[in-house]
Amino acid sequence: MIDAVGSPQSLLLLGGTSEIGLAVAERYARQRPLRVTLAGRPSDRLDAAAARLRNAGATVTTVPFDARQPDTHTEVIEKAFADGDIDVTVVAFGVLGDQEEAWTNVDVARELAEINYVAALTIGVPLAERLRKQGHGSIVALSSAAGERARRSNFVYGSTKAGFDAFYTGLTYALKPHGVTVTVVRPGFVRTKMTEGLKPAPLSQTADQVAEIVVNAVRNRREQVWAPAAFRGVMSVLRHVPRPIFRKLPF
Amino acid sequence: MDAELRTLAGWGRTAPSTARVVVPRTVQEVIEALRLADERGVIARGLGRAYGDPAQNAGGLVIDMTGLNRIHFIDADAAIVDTDAGVSLDTLMRRLLPFGLWLPVLPGTRQVSVGGAIGADIHGKAHHVEGSFCDHVAAMDLVTADGEVHTLTPDDELFWATAGGMGLTGVVVRAKLRLNRVETAYFKVDVDQIDNLDELMARQSVDDDKYLESVSWFDTTVTGPHLGRGILTRANHATLDDLPRKLRADPLKFDAPRLLTIPDVFPPGMLNKLTARMFCELWYRKSPTRRNAIQNITMFLHPLDILGEWNRAYGPHGFLQYQYVIPFGQEEAVKRSVRLMVDAGHVSLLNVLKRFGDGNRAPLSFPRPGWTLAVDLPVRRGVGELCEELDELVLAAGGRLYLAKESRTTPEAITRMYPRIDEWRKVRADVDPKGIFVSDMARRLRLT
Ligand SMILES: Cc1cc2nc3c(=O)[nH]c(=O)nc-3n(C[C@H](O)[C@H](O)[C@H](O)COP(=O)(O)OP(=O)(O)OC[C@H]3O[C@@H](n4cnc5c(N)ncnc54)[C@H](O)[C@@H]3O)c2cc1C
Ligand SMILES: NC(=O)c1ccc[n+]([C@@H]2O[C@H](COP(=O)([O-])OP(=O)(O)OC[C@H]3O[C@@H](n4cnc5c(N)ncnc54)[C@H](OP(=O)(O)O)[C@@H]3O)[C@@H](O)[C@H]2O)c1
Repeated sequence: MIDAVGSPQSLLLLGGTSEIGLAVAERYARQRPLRVTLAGRPSDRLDAAAARLRNAGATVTTVPFDARQPDTHTEVIEKAFADGDIDVTVVAFGVLGDQEEAWTNVDVARELAEINYVAALTIGVPLAERLRKQGHGSIVALSSAAGERARRSNFVYGSTKAGFDAFYTGLTYALKPHGVTVTVVRPGFVRTKMTEGLKPAPLSQTADQVAEIVVNAVRNRREQVWAPAAFRGVMSVLRHVPRPIFRKLPF
Repeated sequence: MDAELRTLAGWGRTAPSTARVVVPRTVQEVIEALRLADERGVIARGLGRAYGDPAQNAGGLVIDMTGLNRIHFIDADAAIVDTDAGVSLDTLMRRLLPFGLWLPVLPGTRQVSVGGAIGADIHGKAHHVEGSFCDHVAAMDLVTADGEVHTLTPDDELFWATAGGMGLTGVVVRAKLRLNRVETAYFKVDVDQIDNLDELMARQSVDDDKYLESVSWFDTTVTGPHLGRGILTRANHATLDDLPRKLRADPLKFDAPRLLTIPDVFPPGMLNKLTARMFCELWYRKSPTRRNAIQNITMFLHPLDILGEWNRAYGPHGFLQYQYVIPFGQEEAVKRSVRLMVDAGHVSLLNVLKRFGDGNRAPLSFPRPGWTLAVDLPVRRGVGELCEELDELVLAAGGRLYLAKESRTTPEAITRMYPRIDEWRKVRADVDPKGIFVSDMARRLRLT
């Protein structure tokens, strides 16, 4: 159960090596005894992630999860819930890809769509069903500022995140009467392995800064947050910049 | 009897969850309701005045007991009332006063049900004289997991497992309560305004036994030499002779005015250090030292009722209440806890300190000899850490937390605080082998 001050007792990380997801889990584990389930592709990286959380005091198990095998996703959720209720689920898997390839190479475009959007649904639907029966819990859905308005520099990724964002925003409404809170998180540029080698955009942040925002949002049962919070204002301006000008902006 | 999906929270509004809720009107309907329970179990709910999550059951079934609301009979000669468990103490008081009968244990609000009073084995300001609620229960009817109705008396182990058992042994449907006799509905009150914590505690320790009721309110907004300044209020029932002439005509009148209701529009920051300091200053100043003041039910027992739904002032993120009892002899720990709260800068308005008398046989009953302290803390950043520090202090001093107020500690802490919990678990497991009675609190604290 999530207690009165917002500390969960169990957490499922979909995308078990996500740096943002791990930063969230680590913050919770430092507060309280935490049971963590890492769902991800078996790898040294996944083992290292488990070790990192054990170091922070958590009890960790792993469940194999490949976003590109949607037929297995219901089973992944069943396994993840086998040890009892899950208080917080962080939906953190995703790929950025090479954007020039993404709009010119059909395989790359499809990979982005299958991981970032299709899998978000095929895992999200059984997840929502479990939480509905459970009558409590919280989903943290890592969307992206890139989904807000298509940009020349990353519109394939942006299009998948737009779909992701709409689905989890809708779940916010659908699950609320069932005692489940969904928090859609829209980070800007976060310095993790996903953005390695890219030039940091303005207001870039660390995974831990995003994690702090997430932890506060879950405590206050917020349904939508930007990271950093200032992005909300920036975005509401950008949203209204006329298209002829917007397309010429340097990002 | 239809089940309706509802989102429920405790009085602190901190951790809502959703359950199917049924409102039975008869004992037979309670028994039928139990059959609706699936693998997510069932729990009884009274008036939802527990602060945390004991009267909710995520994904499962909740039995709203307010439909069982009949008072069966009042025996004025024997001073006994036989009542359904869904009746509130407010209703009981109103019905009993004309007979000169009085409930020996009254909590800080009258809006609690008889079932909730038994489930938490509640206490009042008279604990050092009267003990807790279940000390005055002559018998109760409990519906257990198998659908049987058991009439339990204090000779039964199950009676004491149910007292303070937080609804986890079954559903209390009816109870016989022993009552006190009073000549009037008023109190004769002595008030002492005391400007620091050491003296407040020292004064409270001297002659509590001369009074039926005794409690202190203390200020958490001042530091330095006046840290923990407060108001010690002690009282006995006023006799007919004590009353001024104008009250003598109707001495048993239920005199409990409510003046002002706080609208549900407070922004989260409304209660801040400044407004809290103003409130505490006013509360302190309005209570100069005096003797033999005659006060009505609201003024003496439930002064916060004057503010109606005052919990709204804490804003939409809700609040928690931290209440512990620390054994006598550990006064330094009590003082350190107050210093911790004041230094942490978390504002609280309702801060009470009281001396408990002896506890009873119930393994999970909260009161035991010692100092009990309660503060309300709005949920904001840092409050979790403060409470963890307080937990450590309470554990080190051999104290415990009150489950009716609890909303955030760990299973490990509760097991250490209630060393007889395994004894309770055994009685519980015998009467509910499949574990159908469960609540969010039971899951969170792994009580069963
Ligand atoms: C302003 C305020 C002041 C308070 N002051 C005091 C005080 O001075 N002293 C004190 O001791 N407490 C105090 N309390 C706490 C309150 O007395 C207890 O939480 C009490 O249990 C609330 O009763 P309820 O009917 O609202 O029960 P709920 O909050 O609905 O339920 C509380 C527990 O009782 C169980 N329960 C309820 N009905 C039944 C039933 N029929 N059968 C079996 N189990 C049942 C529930 O399962 C749950 O575990 C205060 C609360 C508030 C809000
Ligand atoms: N970093 C940013 O700037 C930024 C900004 C906005 C939004 N986001 C979003 O935030 C989320 C987390 O990002 P992050 O920064 O933490 O990135 P990250 O560390 O690269 O994590 C991405 C995660 O996705 C997993 N993943 C990729 N393909 C997968 C597949 N086929 N099956 C299963 N898992 C797969 C990765 O697992 P493997 O280890 O197996 O590859 C990894 O756990 C992502 O959804 C991202 O889109 C990030």
